Amino acid sequence: MAPTALQARRLEVSLSGRPVLHGLDLDIAAGEWTSIIGPNGAGKSTLLKGLAGLLPAAGRVDLLGHPLHSLPARTRALQMAWLGQNESTGDDLKVWDVAMLGRLPHQSWLSASSLEDHAAVEQALRCTQAWEWRERALGQLSAGERQRVLLARALTVQAQVLLMDEPLANLDPPHQADWLQLVRSLVAQGRTVVSVLHEISMALHADTMVVMAQGRITHHGPCSDAQTHRAVEQVFDQRLAIHALAGQWVAIPSNI
Amino acid sequence: MSAPELRLALILLLLSTALVLLGVCVGSVGFEDLLGPLLHPQTDPDQSALAAQIVWDIRLPRTIGAWTAGALLGLAGAVAQGLFRNPLADPYLLGSASGAALGVALALLAMGGAAGMLGGTMMSAGVTFSVYSGSLLVRLGLTGAAFVGAILAVLLTLVLSRGVQHTLRLLLAGVVVGVVLGAATQLVLLFSPESLQAMQSFMLGSTAFAGWAACGLMGAVWLLGVSIACALGRALDGLSLGETTARSLGLPVAILRMVLIGVLAIATGTAVAQTGLIAFVGLAAPHLVRSVLSTGYRWLIVLASLMGAVLLMAADVLARWLIAPQELPVGVVTAVLGGAYLLWLMHRNTVAQGAA
Repeated sequence: MAPTALQARRLEVSLSGRPVLHGLDLDIAAGEWTSIIGPNGAGKSTLLKGLAGLLPAAGRVDLLGHPLHSLPARTRALQMAWLGQNESTGDDLKVWDVAMLGRLPHQSWLSASSLEDHAAVEQALRCTQAWEWRERALGQLSAGERQRVLLARALTVQAQVLLMDEPLANLDPPHQADWLQLVRSLVAQGRTVVSVLHEISMALHADTMVVMAQGRITHHGPCSDAQTHRAVEQVFDQRLAIHALAGQWVAIPSNI
Repeated sequence: MSAPELRLALILLLLSTALVLLGVCVGSVGFEDLLGPLLHPQTDPDQSALAAQIVWDIRLPRTIGAWTAGALLGLAGAVAQGLFRNPLADPYLLGSASGAALGVALALLAMGGAAGMLGGTMMSAGVTFSVYSGSLLVRLGLTGAAFVGAILAVLLTLVLSRGVQHTLRLLLAGVVVGVVLGAATQLVLLFSPESLQAMQSFMLGSTAFAGWAACGLMGAVWLLGVSIACALGRALDGLSLGETTARSLGLPVAILRMVLIGVLAIATGTAVAQTGLIAFVGLAAPHLVRSVLSTGYRWLIVLASLMGAVLLMAADVLARWLIAPQELPVGVVTAVLGGAYLLWLMHRNTVAQGAA
């Protein structure tokens, strides 16, 4: 049994007084890629934010064996990186400066950035092929290019655990494939990746899948498992079917 | 990395120096009439003393006052736009302007005729020393009232929005406070029509009454505000990526906002108290900097301050020169220039979008 990176017990979250997550229990294995899928409004993003400690929540979340609420904000930030969706972006910041923000948890308030910070930023920007634009303002980039810069920002934290909400938003297929490769290399280095994905076929590349519907987890199992596939088809009302194609699992719409 | 920023800062400092010189020279007594007596005091000691007085007691403090007030408004504008993540955010958004106006109206009501006389002289170009020194107490009272009014209005906005957590609630509360206090000001003026003229000069803004004390106060507040805001510059950059991301980076978002709102309130309150309501400088200064270069908040705060200072000094010189020997309220000049600039910005954006 792999050690646990994130453990949630009776996790409950309400947004504007409406319960969104109903007492979830979840163990996310360390050194694996877990993808969370489910129909719109299932509570996927809320679960991810709850795991990241970015929402007021009842219940308990442990990060690498420590209760999240008792961790100092900086320690938590060093251990867990976050990539959100549709957040406002500092259009006037240069790409380099945006990526450097990922180093904030490593720096003290007034200190200048170190050589290590510079190396981390360069590595992340090269990794997401955003290095060429490092002197450009974020506002001058297309949505897909911007997404790659924000991904680089999350990578520069160099955290053990990475949480990503819709990381493929606005990415074209070649860059989706690059992302896939990146996640695999992160997992190979022993990092834990948790992603919320709408692209079921991409999500099926993960090690483990969490299937959600109406604020509850309906299934949690390996992506290659037939039971997982049935659970996915079920939460989408059998309107998609999972097939093997050229050595991969793909989800295709049924009843067209 | 910061070469363009440094270059812009140097340009703005050079412009500031040039404008200080210009500000000292523009007026009924011209440059040549001042320079001669100042350089050769032995030829005519009386003339020399008068020249020194004109430069040292009136024009220099007023020009430096315009610089510091502009710097405060530029600083407040940059902080407000970062804090509310809105490029149209204005330093007066949290109700500080209407609070200051109400404070002044109440003070005028309490002081009656003396303050009314002050307002009369404020509009005319020739401010004589006797009126200035005689009304110092009144002036201090008005300044204090404006400052207290501005700070209280911001606190009221914070109470109504129940803290600083929700940007939208904060902005709405600011609007509500602005409208209600504006109505209260009108009500006060209804009961004391004699203070209308003084009130008007406050509403239009003027640097005519900035003395050395005001310059010192505004300068000190600016230095303090700019140091705090610069120290929080990287955190403001983090906030611009959205609140969730900022918190995921371990930033104490609530404390940050509290401190930044404090800087915003004190900077705006101090400027408004000394120079009245000067429109558009706080809004336009950060925009102008951004139209020249893309940079993080640490530099933006410094550059927007310098830009605000240059803008207000230039507007002040224009206000004194355009219809000389009369002078325009500087707020009118900034409003016209600022409005024109915003229109041009809108036009440019429309053209850019049309081309895209």
